[in-house]
Amino acid sequence: MEAAPKPKKTIKTIAKTKTAMPEQDPAARARNWSEVTLGYSEEQAVGEAARCIQCKKPGCIAGCPVAINIPGFIKAVEDRDFRKAYDVLAADNVLPAICGRVCPQETQCEAVCIVGNKLEPVGIGRIERFVGDMALKNGWSLATSVKPNGHKAAMIGSGPASITCAVDLARAGVDVTIYEALHTAGGVLKYGIPEFRLPKKLIDRELEALKGLGVKVVTNAIIGRLFTIPQLMQEMGYESAFIGVGAGFPNLMGIPGEGFNGIFSANEYLTRVNLMRAYQHPHSDTPTGMGKKVAVIGAGNTAMDACRVSIRMGAEEVYCVYRRTKKESPARAEEVHHAEEEGVKFNWLTAPVRILGDERGWVKAMECIRMELGEPDASGRARPVPVKGSEFLFEVDTIVYAIGTSANPILAQTTPGLRLNKRGYIDVSPDTQMTSIPGVFAGGDIVTGGATVILAMGAGRKAARAMLQYMGLEVTAEPAQQAKS
Amino acid sequence: MFKIVKREQFSPVTYLWKLEAPDIAKAAQPGHFVIIRHGDGGERVPLTIADFDRQAGTITLVIQAVGKTTTALMNLKEGEYLDDLAGPLGHARHFDKVKKVVCVGGGLGVAPTYPQLRQYKQNGAHTISIVGFRSKDLMFWIDRFKAESDELIIATDDGSFGVKGLVTGPLQEVLDKNPDVDEVLAIGPAIMMKACVAVTKPRNVKTIVSLNPVMVDGTGMCGGCRVTVGGKMAFACVDGPEFDGLQVDFDELLARAKRFDSFERESMRRLREQHECHLPK
Repeated sequence: MEAAPKPKKTIKTIAKTKTAMPEQDPAARARNWSEVTLGYSEEQAVGEAARCIQCKKPGCIAGCPVAINIPGFIKAVEDRDFRKAYDVLAADNVLPAICGRVCPQETQCEAVCIVGNKLEPVGIGRIERFVGDMALKNGWSLATSVKPNGHKAAMIGSGPASITCAVDLARAGVDVTIYEALHTAGGVLKYGIPEFRLPKKLIDRELEALKGLGVKVVTNAIIGRLFTIPQLMQEMGYESAFIGVGAGFPNLMGIPGEGFNGIFSANEYLTRVNLMRAYQHPHSDTPTGMGKKVAVIGAGNTAMDACRVSIRMGAEEVYCVYRRTKKESPARAEEVHHAEEEGVKFNWLTAPVRILGDERGWVKAMECIRMELGEPDASGRARPVPVKGSEFLFEVDTIVYAIGTSANPILAQTTPGLRLNKRGYIDVSPDTQMTSIPGVFAGGDIVTGGATVILAMGAGRKAARAMLQYMGLEVTAEPAQQAKS
Repeated sequence: MFKIVKREQFSPVTYLWKLEAPDIAKAAQPGHFVIIRHGDGGERVPLTIADFDRQAGTITLVIQAVGKTTTALMNLKEGEYLDDLAGPLGHARHFDKVKKVVCVGGGLGVAPTYPQLRQYKQNGAHTISIVGFRSKDLMFWIDRFKAESDELIIATDDGSFGVKGLVTGPLQEVLDKNPDVDEVLAIGPAIMMKACVAVTKPRNVKTIVSLNPVMVDGTGMCGGCRVTVGGKMAFACVDGPEFDGLQVDFDELLARAKRFDSFERESMRRLREQHECHLPK
């Protein structure tokens, strides 16, 4: 006997708003390093999954850079078949617990969710996180029976782009080795994103899945110095390589006074705290060397991380200084909101012009200028224009630059024939992610400049397909829909 | 994990490690450095490579117990393993053809000066070496320097061996006597390199210095090692570690070296409390 068909869900029958995400209270969390958002309970996840109307022509899949079968895994959650939900999800995304936390869903899958046309979109990211966490809790793994095919590929860097590329290749039977420059794998997930947004234990556990697929990880290996790309390709037997090293070369503003003590790049500041665990100093060896009155320059996600880290590190005052307004700030709205809740003060339309130090070489103030918004610039955002005569002194003892990154020069200097674009990033074919060197592919921030985890993963996936083709292997499991890039 | 295949104690605070690291040994050139790290929560410490042996697959580091990490690492014994060793890092030294060179090494800087001196000698230069130590009991590698130097001057701050005083005295004399010196290499504490440049700059003698500022990753990611050279900001890890000494802003470098002093003192105090009897006072 067949079960009676459920009544058809429509936009009129579902809950109008997203199931709220449980969060730590702002006052409490500003003093600890535990996760800010606590994740859905089973009931909450199933309830939110029930808001998905299982569109015949869903927008969400195309909105996802790795083209996850979103209605598919959400349906399984609604049916309480969580293992199936994980299998559907993991077929396209090997890092669901990570992506469920750090993807900007509001500009991707949830932005094109059909439900979102009339009501709040389905909380896809929150359900994804629930499934990812469930898998970690229950020890579900990706392990599939992999048949080695004798082909070898090298990944350079161990961030999200390389991980995704590695998994896709390993699943096809390629012998994959990841080379990581630091002492631990994960790239920006480890050094960039703070513990309270993405617990480090979770990254390690999600990375464990790689080993199940036979992927080898070599840490302390700086490609370009220890081995060069020509060496990998000619002497070490790799038929193809993927460069996913990120764009971790910090930009400074080039204003006077940047040599004073107390000035950090966000990379240095966050690496000290996240990777080297300065928040446990002196139990860990690395301190931050920060003061009590912190100004973070910039208003992207990295700037929000730096602000919120400063609050937790015990700064008395934390200011976010940005030359445009809240509307133009590149950070996710949720991040700005969380920062505000935790006590970060925002100085919009403000830019430093020079840094002043004391006689011992430590920062004591910034000279800032007020800005106003002019005509749109090349990025389409209103151009900030200095207001003449509006200079003022802003007393701080710590300044963190979070104004973006550039390409690291090591690979370019040591890889003859590797073509770069005008901005210094690696030039690739848009269809295959292949660089100017046959067999060498690249993706993620080192190609696009600073972007998001999921975009890097999308590039890693695209490169993996092209790498399989390059190695003469059959590309199976054509993704249902290719993500728009 | 990197095995310590040989360990020598040069003085109460200075020690040598020969580490099994065949890939690094193969890629290493004079001028390169490495980053070491050990233990849970251990910090990353940059050290200039003092020697490498491609055949044996080893690199040599000479380490001075100046901070918590380098002090605690004195307890690692021959045959034990270091957790993390990353390198070679920085630019390898580019050797111009020179006829006469002065190599100045101060304290711990004597060690990384050695492979460069050897390279100068192999390239056919007339080599004059000046090595300086605080006192006689801190001296090391004198025999190695003798073998590669046409002239060798040893200076000790307290006069317990060789010339009494800093390396700058002999440097001045050598340059006065040898107006045909093509270049000076100076490696040692920042204050010593600054003093050497104060001698060479008025004479306009090309001077190469090797900088070793605090850094986290050593690969260009953090920018903590930035230094002003010729009015421009450079990163010691990827643009250096060697620079034209006449262009380096040493005052800024010296001020930046104090960034973490108070934390280091506190960490040392804690370490001493934990291991009261095992550590040198």
